[in-house]
Amino acid sequence: MNQVIASGQPGKGLGASRTLAPGLPKGEAAAPGSGAAPARRKRRRNDHSAASIGVALLWLGPVLILIFGVVIYPAIALLIASFGTFSITGLYRSFAGFTNYVNLLASPDLGQVMWNTFVWVAAVVILTNLIALGLAQFLSKEFFGRRFVRWAVIIPWAAALVMTSQLFRLMFDYYHGIINQMLLGLHIIAKPIDWLGSSTFIMPTMIAVGIFVTLPFTAYLFVAGLNAIPSDVYEAARIDGATPWQTYRAITLPLLRPAILIAVVLNMIYVFNSFPLIYIMNGSNPGYGNDTMITYMYKVAFQGATHDVGMSAATGIFNVIVILIAVGIYLRFTNWRQGDQES
Amino acid sequence: MTSSTLTRVSPPRTVPLQRKVRGWKAARRWVLPLAGLAVIIIFVIPYIVMLLDAFRPSSEVLATPPTFFPKTWSLQAFSQVIADPSFHNWLASSLIVAVSSTIIVILVAIPAAYFTARFKFKGRMAFLGLVVVTQMFAPTSLVVGIYREFYDLGLINTYTSLILTDAAFNLAFALWILQGFFSAIPKEIEEAAWIDGASHLGTMMRIMLPLTLPGIVTAVTFTFIAAWNEYVVALTLIQSDNLKPLTVGINSYVTQYQQNWSQMFAASLIAIVPVVILFALIEKHLIGGMTAGAVK
Repeated sequence: MNQVIASGQPGKGLGASRTLAPGLPKGEAAAPGSGAAPARRKRRRNDHSAASIGVALLWLGPVLILIFGVVIYPAIALLIASFGTFSITGLYRSFAGFTNYVNLLASPDLGQVMWNTFVWVAAVVILTNLIALGLAQFLSKEFFGRRFVRWAVIIPWAAALVMTSQLFRLMFDYYHGIINQMLLGLHIIAKPIDWLGSSTFIMPTMIAVGIFVTLPFTAYLFVAGLNAIPSDVYEAARIDGATPWQTYRAITLPLLRPAILIAVVLNMIYVFNSFPLIYIMNGSNPGYGNDTMITYMYKVAFQGATHDVGMSAATGIFNVIVILIAVGIYLRFTNWRQGDQES
Repeated sequence: MTSSTLTRVSPPRTVPLQRKVRGWKAARRWVLPLAGLAVIIIFVIPYIVMLLDAFRPSSEVLATPPTFFPKTWSLQAFSQVIADPSFHNWLASSLIVAVSSTIIVILVAIPAAYFTARFKFKGRMAFLGLVVVTQMFAPTSLVVGIYREFYDLGLINTYTSLILTDAAFNLAFALWILQGFFSAIPKEIEEAAWIDGASHLGTMMRIMLPLTLPGIVTAVTFTFIAAWNEYVVALTLIQSDNLKPLTVGINSYVTQYQQNWSQMFAASLIAIVPVVILFALIEKHLIGGMTAGAVK
């Protein structure tokens, strides 16, 4: 992902290789021998910007311990578990080879679950980003009460997803939900809709809530991106007599590209891994008909009669591969590397 | 629409354009705040529903047909939740886990971000690559592996397992934001300190930290909120009721056997409101932090 971020620096083809987080002076910071001031270099005889591995380990050690201990280790444990069989209480029984993967691929639910996942991720990510582009543009205008609007937009972000999901579960309830009541009152619908119980409506409903909770972060990322565009570019466009739409197409969108790339990649990861929303809103439906890969994986391991840790682990590995491929395809498709060189 | 006709008739185009702009200038004083009000309503209304449901007896929440405003207003749900010892435990768990993991992230991420922003060393690329990879992994997708690990370590059903997981998975984002800030500080400032005889650590503490405060605030907020709202790992690793964080605990107000929606919403609001206030307070830093750290 560092490449994605680095692509935000116009005219820095090196970007990808050395910067996780961009910031303008870093180019100089990392290259002490840029030769401008030999006298200064002499003064720093024991070069402050080069460090031995030992010193590096001292500064980075805690991060490495956490990452290896709590991210890499579980990833390996997941891989190992995916090749094993387990008792219902979770004790390792024996090596199972590819049995878990075979079982997963042969599972009659997999097709539906994968399709659900695709629809869920594609719809939420695309619609969220489109709406967020407009919302961010709006939030960066100056107007009376803007501060309150920004605060309001923060709320779904700050509230725990579990709590928001429970709230929408009640609001969309067939009998007790305020949404049916409101739509009936406005004569938009003639009889109540079973939003969460019917296979036609549950996915669009969950997608709508998914967009609602993903919008704040995305919109804020775009507001930050808009802030980073220097105002003199707009000034120049205005003097040249560009229409607002031309300005948007020719200036805002291209300069917002890095922010859009980051937003889409992060959203793909977040939305794919979104658990509480689907787990709770789909909670009262039996089977796997409305599940995504993530809730499916969880239910296989921790719910129902099977408690099949091995197959769930295989699903987990499958998920990691799917999301890596999806992000890879997206980055390929958007040609970020080329975009970097062009700019 | 209008713009295309305007471009075609090129010579006199500035005149209608200016008139249009002036008309818009007058209108936007009203249009923008009204549109803002619409946005506020969309984002706030669901939580108003939550608030109004918390202010009525649980039996009324499940009335058919439902009403927007409570028929009987009642503070019962709030007083029950506040008196509920389970709620105290969940609140304490959430606080302990969120505060501890935030402290760990900051203590661990600041030196690493400073170091990678300032120094060249062998393996720097590998390190940055590793951080990016952790950003790609969500605890959700690894939850079975996390369960296996803490099961083997005998740490299932402990705060430690939650704190470590929350810290590890939020590290990447904090590092990323902080490094953006550290790189943006001109090196000359540090060099001046070194010439005056300050150590690397001293430079970082006394010179760099104050300058990167907005970044630290952003990183702290992100980590705290992510840990405060974490659900799936806690759901998986914590079995005793008294160790559950709020996100997991509140769900026991609404089960197959009891439907105390108003209590669940009262508890939710007690958890949500302080975080929203915290978030609103740092809102300006937030955009600055994201600009410097992520999108620039």
